[in-house]
Amino acid sequence: MSAIRIIGIGNPDRGDDALGPAVIAALAADPPAAVTLATVNGDMLALLDRWSADDHVFLVDALAPGHTPGRVVRLDAGRERLAHVLANFASSHAFNLAEAIELGRALGRLPATLIVYGAEGVCFEPGAALSPALDAAVAEIAHRLREDSRTCMKPH
Amino acid sequence: MTERRRIKVDYMARVEGEGALDVVIDGGRVTDVKLKIFEPPRFFEAFLQGRHFTEAPDITARICGICPVAYQMSAVHALENACGVVVDGPLRTLRRLLYCGEWIESHVLHIYMLHAPDFLGVHNVVEIAQTQPAIVERGLRLKKAGNAIVALLGGREIHPINVRVGGFYKIPSRSEFAALAATLEIAREDALATATWVAGFEFPDFTRDYELVALRHPDEYPFNEGRIVSNRGLDIAQTDYHAHFEESHVEHSTALHCRLRARGNYHVGPLARFALNHDRLGALARSAAAAAGLGADCRNPFKSIVVRAVEVVEAVDEALRILRTLEFPDAPWVPVEPHAATGLAATEAPRGLLHHTYRISADGLIEHAQIIPPTSQNQASIEDDLGAFIAPRLGLDDDALQWQCEQAVRNYDPCISCSTHFLKLNVTRR
Repeated sequence: MSAIRIIGIGNPDRGDDALGPAVIAALAADPPAAVTLATVNGDMLALLDRWSADDHVFLVDALAPGHTPGRVVRLDAGRERLAHVLANFASSHAFNLAEAIELGRALGRLPATLIVYGAEGVCFEPGAALSPALDAAVAEIAHRLREDSRTCMKPH
Repeated sequence: MTERRRIKVDYMARVEGEGALDVVIDGGRVTDVKLKIFEPPRFFEAFLQGRHFTEAPDITARICGICPVAYQMSAVHALENACGVVVDGPLRTLRRLLYCGEWIESHVLHIYMLHAPDFLGVHNVVEIAQTQPAIVERGLRLKKAGNAIVALLGGREIHPINVRVGGFYKIPSRSEFAALAATLEIAREDALATATWVAGFEFPDFTRDYELVALRHPDEYPFNEGRIVSNRGLDIAQTDYHAHFEESHVEHSTALHCRLRARGNYHVGPLARFALNHDRLGALARSAAAAAGLGADCRNPFKSIVVRAVEVVEAVDEALRILRTLEFPDAPWVPVEPHAATGLAATEAPRGLLHHTYRISADGLIEHAQIIPPTSQNQASIEDDLGAFIAPRLGLDDDALQWQCEQAVRNYDPCISCSTHFLKLNVTRR
């Protein structure tokens, strides 16, 4: 049986890295129906055990600083290889989200739907709060995830 | 040759955390090696001040997404040391079981996902999965067995919440432990196959004359307890750590460099543990080590992948030993009352010795915290390795030399700052 899972990725103690957990907290305040909420931090490899083949999975992660703080992007990781859009898999973590997803793809372990939401962060200092630019991104991503989850529940 | 070359790596692939590397070659000689790392425990040391001592296990677990159990274990032992409590019997054994889980998780992640690609001539594990999926699946299965231990005893796989000063909040049921044993029986075969696999890799001919530092226990391979010993005669109680080791600032890194006051740089981690404790391994891990070609000592840092694999065999086998003879504690924890005191303890994190010091007040508030992670202890040793390793390889072009430098750093599985991650996005949409 398929499930709808929304997973926030990031460290709540590292400034804008808290984007993923912040989105999950915003959703948890008024949980969308039939959706499982979770957070993951550190071990991206564990993601592969968080879903089944029939699931609809939505991931939320902070993006490295770019030109537009708070800019929200939505990637369909189930349909496109992340190597094409994520240059060098650059990450401050050894085994990052893009590598975990590509490993899942190589092993045939991706779920039926895999969408990644990201927003450009500003500050990743230990102990820093979420940047104001990310506050708006949290609200936008949470809103879009509610729409996404409703779409998944409609009969196809 | 008089040219001046500089190898600068602002982002190192397959290294835990954030780090940068800067190597200067002048006139055909390596004249400077700087590993720049950004260390999160400094923030957490300040964050812990003023918090109640019972909060320390949960707060310190947040330092590292890969080895939270190590931070929890060093914290609880140091705080129990301050309060004059020794946690023994079944609770002590269950802590050891929990640590087995973290070693399996962390070592397997490094062996399969981060280190093996160096020896197989590929860029990353995705390329291994494309040609040898069964091997990668074996790694995932083995790591999942470690996750299962941490999830059961720690309350969840990542950032475990079930550890408290004095023991655990809750002890799992007998049926839950039985299910875990079944998972570990399969994991034992996977661990042995892993050791055989990595032993077949080709390793550069490179050895270093380290001062190796690790815990040593009278009759166990060390996790939580033991004296701090070295191959050059150091043999001290954990509480005497600061009399023999010192931290100092170096300009190029926010992390503190650690050194032995008497002799300077030293090396912690799997090579040190194995050299100083191989006689404490169980029969299965000893035989896996011998089959993998390890003698009583291994000073080639590139072979740390083999030692890690042997330690995975030991961790799985030890977990099964514990489960076979498991006794249940009378209570999930023993009471620990605060005293105005300072407590110190070290445990063996997967990457090496992790030392914590806490001064607490009579009402249990933390007045001072000092956390010395293994990577900052190894930082000088990594820089020494780099200088020695690349000196005879300067004829390589910059790309090849950079790759070799990164490999030499990855030998340490450095957990430089595993408290954050983010993606660097380069996307053009028209």
